[in-house]
Amino acid sequence: MSKILIAVLALAVMAGPAAPAVFAQAKEVFVPLLVYRTGPYAPSGIPIANGFVDYFTLVNERDGGINGVKLAWEECETQYDTKQGVECYERLKGKGPTGAVVVNPYSTGITYQLIPKAPVDKAPILSMGYGMSASSDGRWFPWVFNFPTNYWSQASAVIRYIGTQEGGLDKLKGKKIVHVHHNSPYGKEANPTLETLARQFGFELTLLPVDHPGQEQKSTWLQVRRLNPDWVFMSGWGVMNQVGIKEAASINFKMDHFIGNWWSANDSDVVPAGDGAKGYKGATFHAPGTNFKVFQEIAKHVYDKGKGAGKKESMGEPLYNRGIVNAMFAVEAVRTAMAQYGNKPMTGEQVRWGFEHLTLTDKRLEELGMKGFTHPVKVSCEDHESSGPILVQQWDGKKWSVVSDWIQPMREVVRPKIEAAAVEEGKKLGYTMRDCAKEK
Amino acid sequence: MLDWQFSLLLLSNGVLIGLMYALIALGFVLVYKATDAINFAQGEFVMIAGFVVVAFLLSYKAPLWLSVVCGLAAMIAFGFGLERAVLRKLIGRPVIAVVMATIGLAAVLRGIGPLTWGADTKNLALPISDEPFVLGPLFIPPIQIVGAVVSLAFLAGFGWFFLKSRKGIAMRAVADSQQVAMAMGINVERYFALAWAMTGVVSALGGVVWGSLLGVDVHLALVGFKVFPVVILGGLDSIPGAIVGGLIVGIVENVAAGYVDPYVGGGTKDFAPYVLMILALMIRPYGIFGKRIIERI
Repeated sequence: MSKILIAVLALAVMAGPAAPAVFAQAKEVFVPLLVYRTGPYAPSGIPIANGFVDYFTLVNERDGGINGVKLAWEECETQYDTKQGVECYERLKGKGPTGAVVVNPYSTGITYQLIPKAPVDKAPILSMGYGMSASSDGRWFPWVFNFPTNYWSQASAVIRYIGTQEGGLDKLKGKKIVHVHHNSPYGKEANPTLETLARQFGFELTLLPVDHPGQEQKSTWLQVRRLNPDWVFMSGWGVMNQVGIKEAASINFKMDHFIGNWWSANDSDVVPAGDGAKGYKGATFHAPGTNFKVFQEIAKHVYDKGKGAGKKESMGEPLYNRGIVNAMFAVEAVRTAMAQYGNKPMTGEQVRWGFEHLTLTDKRLEELGMKGFTHPVKVSCEDHESSGPILVQQWDGKKWSVVSDWIQPMREVVRPKIEAAAVEEGKKLGYTMRDCAKEK
Repeated sequence: MLDWQFSLLLLSNGVLIGLMYALIALGFVLVYKATDAINFAQGEFVMIAGFVVVAFLLSYKAPLWLSVVCGLAAMIAFGFGLERAVLRKLIGRPVIAVVMATIGLAAVLRGIGPLTWGADTKNLALPISDEPFVLGPLFIPPIQIVGAVVSLAFLAGFGWFFLKSRKGIAMRAVADSQQVAMAMGINVERYFALAWAMTGVVSALGGVVWGSLLGVDVHLALVGFKVFPVVILGGLDSIPGAIVGGLIVGIVENVAAGYVDPYVGGGTKDFAPYVLMILALMIRPYGIFGKRIIERI
């Protein structure tokens, strides 16, 4: 018995060096998935991760991969913890025949840590709607993409929406708007934009921070009650959202004047508040629900074959849908790169080019079964954000419904701020601005 | 709203939340009082209890009363089982062994909860209105009143138990000196198990009250963090101390959030109770009502 064991071990040792060679020949692109299925933010992390995995599975099952190149992925648990996220990245960045072709950090903290690593490891980062807003300026941050829109654009679009509801932006003068925000770099990200807009439109802005994790925020909402604002905008995450919504209901705040950002408007945020959450609104850059062809495809090719990552009935939750959109962007960037470099496993560098030349028209979205699900995107060397518009969705006690048209951000306000911040952040990292004209 | 009305609101909220903290702290005090062990998994006990109640309520469609009874039974069984399977083996070992065991247990429970019942937030709805009571400038959510009443009732009940009942007195004897208690014919192991089971009861009630306030998910365990300043301020082995400590922590964090946070950009609410805790450890390490231990060295 022991001789057999020794023989098996010897074979394994001898075969060891040959294994990477076999692996290297695999016709696939590798995407590390930094997920948080456990820990305090798991309720938000699980639907996102499931959306990602289901879309990748769909592409492999239905299409046989991207132009014949299969998608491979491996999940690594970050618990939304920056240190663990960086460890995951280091462990997975070299996997697959060509290494990681795109990294989705799914945490602003992790994104900030990975930004300096991206050009070194040649692994592009897609921080879709989170991370460093300044990285929208592709001239300074060629390896980081945060389309379809960023926090600053979102804040300006929310103010535009509020203006519309009040009868015009000029009617904002004298109104009171409170920003209840997570007391973290993420939560504070929208503050400078809101302050600029408050000066521009003459509304009274109050910033109320809520400390992590935000389980007990009664005193914050007592201040809201004292201020008696016309509108409340919330940038929360995890438990902070559900508690905030409950507290707003408990002080009888008008829920249809309470708008969460796109990380504060998932089922897990409103369900615990019960009927109190009815009327609550949230920003988003994709539709909720399953009323799009892509979901029928996922049901047919993924869930009906028993390959779903989660529960079929969870399809349509805002954060599940976000995972779908994010995975689609990654897949389309790889496809764009293949159009340039050929249908073979892409490298991170090639996929970076793919991201920078990504154009998703309505026609392409229709082909993907996503027309109306999200907005067309056009990324460029200068603009890694695409300045996408937002939608406002509303909770009716059972489901989210879109209650607005696409709302454009105030690009004339946001873009100069992004460019100024990009210079500052870029210089911190020792970057120089590239000349996009030379790359066309 | 006038300033005094705002202050009154902060105070009333601090008192009600403080009483709910006291309920969680009571579980901690019960174990310490009876076994001299420090339970770092108190918040996780509350979380598991919340999960169990919600599982009966939502998955098995049981009525609320039955779900709560099942939650109580499950937590009593859990307390007994834990004592028998893990903690009994640590009797006679250094205190750090129990501390490390409960820290490990906390991590395990934080994993087991979402693994077993899912990570999504469950709504534990009690049959009470969400409409706050309005008393002049005060407005008080009914759930906080329920939480405060449950807390006071159980604090009074356990206070009586330790002071007047035969079992309670025996438990105190065990906490004072296991060896002497054994010599007096007290079955120390049985009282250890009883203490952990009682903690299970308190945790179950905490799970219902806090779960209905915050929703039930892994975050529920975080209420356990508030226990430490509460019990250090009030005294590790004192039931009245749990009440007073809870009230102090509740009021201090509300006043800090209401009056200090707006000037410093937030952050004081959570650390203010810990500043008090450190001061208490420096000035009166056994707490306001804690037993002062004098040892010959």
